[in-house]
Amino acid sequence: MCSLALFPPPLPSGQTTLCESNNELLRCAVLLEQMSCSYIYQLMSFYINSPLSCAVVVPKWLSVSSGCTLALLRWFSSFHGSLFPHLTVTIHLIIRCFDMLAEFSQVLNWSDCVVRAFAWHPHTDKFAVALLDDSIKIYNPKSATTPTLKHRLQRSVAAVQWKPLCATALAVACQNCLLVWHVDPCSLSTRPSSGCAQVLSHPGHSPITSIAWSPSGSLLVSASPMDTAMMVWDVASESGVPLQRVGGGGVTFLSWSPDGSHVLASTPSALFRVWETRMWTCERWPCVKGRCQSGCWSPDGSRLLFTVQGETVIYALTFTDTPGSQAAAVVADLSETTFNTPDGDIIVGGEIQSLAWDPTGERLAVLLKGDPQAADRPAIIAVFKTRTNPIFELLPCGFVQGEPGTEPRLMQFHPNFQHGALLTVCWSSGRITHMPFYFLSAGVPHFGLSGSPSLPRPQERPADFAKQSLFTELMS
Amino acid sequence: MYLMMTDCSVQVIFWRAVASIAWAVLLLPPITAVFVIISRFSLLHPIQAVSECLSFLTSASAIFSFILLCGVIIMVGFLNLEYYTVIPTIACSKIALLGQLLHPRQFVNSLGHCIMGIIVAWCCAITVGGRYETIADPCAQGDGSPQMCLNEYHLILLLAGAFVGFSHSLLGVIYNMNYVSFHTVQQYKYLRFKGSLSLVLKCSATQALYSVRNYIVVYFFLGKWSLSVHPLDSIAGLLDLSLLYHLWISASFLLFTWHLTLLLFRVFVTEVYSFPVQSSFTEDAHQCLPTVLTDKQPMILKFLALLDLALLSQHSPSRRSEVFSLSQPGGHPHNWNAISKECLSLLADLTQRLIAYHDTVATNGRAKSLSTGSERKTSSESSVPFILSVSPLTAPFTPDLDSPFASPALRRLTAPMDQCSPWFGTVQSPHIMRRVPKLWSTSTGEKSQALFADSQAHIWALEGLSYLVQSSFSEDQFGVVQTALPSILSCMLGLQEAVDRHFKLPHASSKPVRSASSMGDSTHKTLRFALRATLKTSIYRITTTFGNHLNAVKMSAEHRKRLQQFLEYKE
Repeated sequence: MCSLALFPPPLPSGQTTLCESNNELLRCAVLLEQMSCSYIYQLMSFYINSPLSCAVVVPKWLSVSSGCTLALLRWFSSFHGSLFPHLTVTIHLIIRCFDMLAEFSQVLNWSDCVVRAFAWHPHTDKFAVALLDDSIKIYNPKSATTPTLKHRLQRSVAAVQWKPLCATALAVACQNCLLVWHVDPCSLSTRPSSGCAQVLSHPGHSPITSIAWSPSGSLLVSASPMDTAMMVWDVASESGVPLQRVGGGGVTFLSWSPDGSHVLASTPSALFRVWETRMWTCERWPCVKGRCQSGCWSPDGSRLLFTVQGETVIYALTFTDTPGSQAAAVVADLSETTFNTPDGDIIVGGEIQSLAWDPTGERLAVLLKGDPQAADRPAIIAVFKTRTNPIFELLPCGFVQGEPGTEPRLMQFHPNFQHGALLTVCWSSGRITHMPFYFLSAGVPHFGLSGSPSLPRPQERPADFAKQSLFTELMS
Repeated sequence: MYLMMTDCSVQVIFWRAVASIAWAVLLLPPITAVFVIISRFSLLHPIQAVSECLSFLTSASAIFSFILLCGVIIMVGFLNLEYYTVIPTIACSKIALLGQLLHPRQFVNSLGHCIMGIIVAWCCAITVGGRYETIADPCAQGDGSPQMCLNEYHLILLLAGAFVGFSHSLLGVIYNMNYVSFHTVQQYKYLRFKGSLSLVLKCSATQALYSVRNYIVVYFFLGKWSLSVHPLDSIAGLLDLSLLYHLWISASFLLFTWHLTLLLFRVFVTEVYSFPVQSSFTEDAHQCLPTVLTDKQPMILKFLALLDLALLSQHSPSRRSEVFSLSQPGGHPHNWNAISKECLSLLADLTQRLIAYHDTVATNGRAKSLSTGSERKTSSESSVPFILSVSPLTAPFTPDLDSPFASPALRRLTAPMDQCSPWFGTVQSPHIMRRVPKLWSTSTGEKSQALFADSQAHIWALEGLSYLVQSSFSEDQFGVVQTALPSILSCMLGLQEAVDRHFKLPHASSKPVRSASSMGDSTHKTLRFALRATLKTSIYRITTTFGNHLNAVKMSAEHRKRLQQFLEYKE
C-alpha cells in the first residue's frame, strides 16, 4: 500500500510544479507571473496544437465583495427575526443552501473560491468556467469570442458539465434548478440570450450539488442533499424520473462510470449507493465512519476509488460480473506525514477533498484539504501513478504545488490529451493552470469518455496512421 | 382479436394485460377498505364508526358490491386493452378533436364508462350508507297515507357516477389517456408502479374535484325531479358540505381505481420483452427479432422489438454478436441485413414525410407572398362582390390543405378555390380572418406533433443502428456492418437536414406547455425534440468512433460537408 512517506518532498517556497517528463515532476524556480506568457503558450500549443489561455484571473474585488455579502447575511440572521420576522426564514434558507453547497461541493472552500466550477469539453479543447459572480465563461482556443453565460436563475453554481457526443450542450447545477445551455460553437455572440438555456426543475429538488451526464449523452442525473430522490432527466423532452430510495437523507455527489454501466451516488450520511444503469437498481454500501466525500472510476468502469470523510485513506471497489459480497480494500494511506524542507517542516496529508483519475487510467490526482489556519499544513495535490497488472496498486509520483500563498481548489483531467495526461488546476488566486504529465500509455484498449472504444493511440507517427483507410477495395 | 391470434408473441401482450387486471383486482380490497373507513369515519364517535365499518365490511351487501366493483375493474381493464395505442392520435384542429369525440367507437367507450360509473356510484352509495342507501324513501302525503318518494341523495350520487365516468372518457380523448408511452429510464415493474402511485392519487383527487364542481353546476340547472322528497336543485340544497364531501370522495375512489388499472396496464404492457435474435428452429423464426421488426401489426410488438434492439445494441455483447453473425450454410448476414434495412426504411420514411410537409408549407408561403403583391390590383376589380358572397360559406368547409394527410384528390378538387383564397384575404375584414384560423385551421406546433407522433420508433432505430455501428468497430469480425455504413450515414445525414429544415419553420421549435397533474401522457408533445437530440448524438457516436476513417466512405459532397461539421464538433 502506498503512503505519503514514499513521496519526494514538497518543493521549497517559491518554486512551482511545471509538468511531468521522463518519470519525474519538473519544477520551475520563477514565478508564473514573471515567466513570459509566450513561453507557456509555446509549451501548451506544442502539445495541444492550439494556444490555450494560460490563466483566467478574476478581479479580487469580486471575491472580497461576495465574502462581505455573506458576512452581512450572517450578521442579519443573528437578529433572530426580532427586526424582520418575515425575512428570517428566507435568510436562513439562503445561508443553509450556501453552507450545504460549500459542504458537499468538490471544490475546496467553495463559498469564497473565485472559480466555482470547471469543465473540459469531452471531445474538443474548450472548457467552461463558472465564476463567483454566477457567470460562466467558455474558452475555446479555436474561437476568438469568449461567450459569457448569464441567466436570472443561474445562482450558486455548484457544478458544470458538457454533454458527451454533442458540441453545444452544457449542464449547470444551480441553486434552484438545472440549466442546460446550448452554445453554438460557430456563433459570434458573446452573450447568448437566456432563451438558449433549458430550465429543468422538480419540486423539492434543490439546491443541486452534483450532476453527471451519461457517457452516451442520452441522460443526465442530478442530486440534491435536500431531496432523497435522484433525478434522471431526459433533457430533450425535459422530463425527469425521480429514483427514490429510503435512507441516507439526500444525495450529495454523483459520478457516472466512463463505460456507462454504473453511477456512484453518495449521501450526507455514512452510506453510498452504486446504481446499475440498465434497470436502475442499486447496491447499498454503508461506511463505518463518515459520508463518501469523493469518488472516481477507472476508464473501463470496473474499479471505483473513493474517500470517506474523517478518514485519510483511499478505498477501492471492484465491479465484476459475478455478484457476491465483497468489501472495499484500502489502496493508499494519506495520513499526515512531516517533510523537512529548507523552509522548515511541512505536514502533508489528512482528509481528502476530491479525487481525479486521468482518462488513460495511469495518473490519479488527490486534492488534500490541509488546514487553512496552520501555515505548515497547506492544501496540496498528491499525484499517484496507477498500475493494474499484476495487481492494482498506486505508486508515488509527486506533489503539485502552485505559487506561494495560493492553494489548489479544484482540479480536472483533460478528457483526451494525446501525450499522457493533462491536469487542470484552479487555484485560490483565480488562476487556472494546465499541467501536462508526459508518458507513454501502456496501450491497453480503453474506453474514452464517450463510452466508445477510442482509437488506438498514435504513438510514433500520427500522420501515417491517419492515412490508413478502413475501406479498401470493398466499395468499388 | 388477441384471443384469436395464435402467435405467441402477440399473446404476450394479452397475458400482460390480464396480469395487470389481476393485480388491479387484487389491490381492490385494501383500497375499498380505506374508502369505507374514510367515508364512514366521524371525529365525534371514532370507536363507534370503526365498529360500524367492520360490521359493514362483513355484510352481504358489501360483498355483493365488492363483486360488482371487481367486474367493473375487469371491464375497465379490457377497455384499456381494446382502446390503447402506442402512436397518439393528435387532433390538428378543434374540429378534428370534435370529430374524434363524436366517433362511434368513442361513443361506445363513453357509454361503457357512464354505465360503469353508475355501478361504482351505486356501490359507493351502499358503502356510505345512511341517507344515500336507497332510491326510494317512505314519505307522508298530504292526506297522511304513507307513500314511496324519490330519495334525491341516492340519485345525485348515481348521476355523479355517470357524469364522472363520462367526463373521464372525454378527458381521455382530449389528453390522449389511451396513449401508452415508453420510458427512457428502464425500471422494474414494481418500482415504476410505486414511483407513479402518488401521482395517480393526486391526479384522481384533483380530477374528482373538478368533475364534482362541473357536475354540481349542471345539476343545479337540470336537476328538477317532481317526485323528490328533499329537492336538491337549490343553492342551499347543494351547498351541503357533507354531501359535497361524499360526492368528492366517491368520485376520487372511482377515478383512483380506474387510473390504477390504467397505470398497471401501462407498466405491464411497456415492460421490455427480449426477442431471440435468431432461432435454430425454422418454426420459431416468426418470433425472432428481425421478423417481428418488419411486421406491421400489431404496432406495440414492433415498438417492443425496436426497444429490445436499442437495449441489446447498447448493453449486450453476446446478443450483438448474434446480430453480426453469418448464416450457417451460405454465410450471409441475414440478421444484420433485416435489422438495418428495417431501421433505414423507418428513417427514410420520416425523411420523406418531413420533406413532403416542408414542400406543402413552402408552396403555401409562395402563394401568400404573391397575394401581397397583387393586392393593389385586385382591390379595384369588379369580381370582388362575388368573392365576398362566396367566401363565408366556403372558408369553413375548405379542407385543411396544409395537412400532409389530405389526399391528393382532395387537393386537386379544391385547387381552384385555393387559388382564390389570397383574394378574399384582401377583401375580408380582418375580424373574420382572425376568427377563422382559430376554429378551423391548424397550428404548426400541433402539426409538428402529428408529424413526429410515432417518432419513438425512429429514436430507437437511430439508437440501435448507431450503437451497433459503434460496437462493430471492435466486435464485427466479418465486416458485415461496413458494407452498410455509407447508406446508414447518408440516411442519418439526410434526416438531419430534413429535421433542421423543419425546426426552422415557425412554431416548430416552440416548447409545449407542460400539463403537470394529469393521467394523460404528454410525452408525444416533445418527441420531436427527443428525436432531434438522439439524431445528433447518434451521428456523433459514429463520427467519434470512426474518426478520420469516415473520409474513406463514399458519399455525396453535401453529406461530406455536413459530416465534416460533425467531425469538427461544430454541429
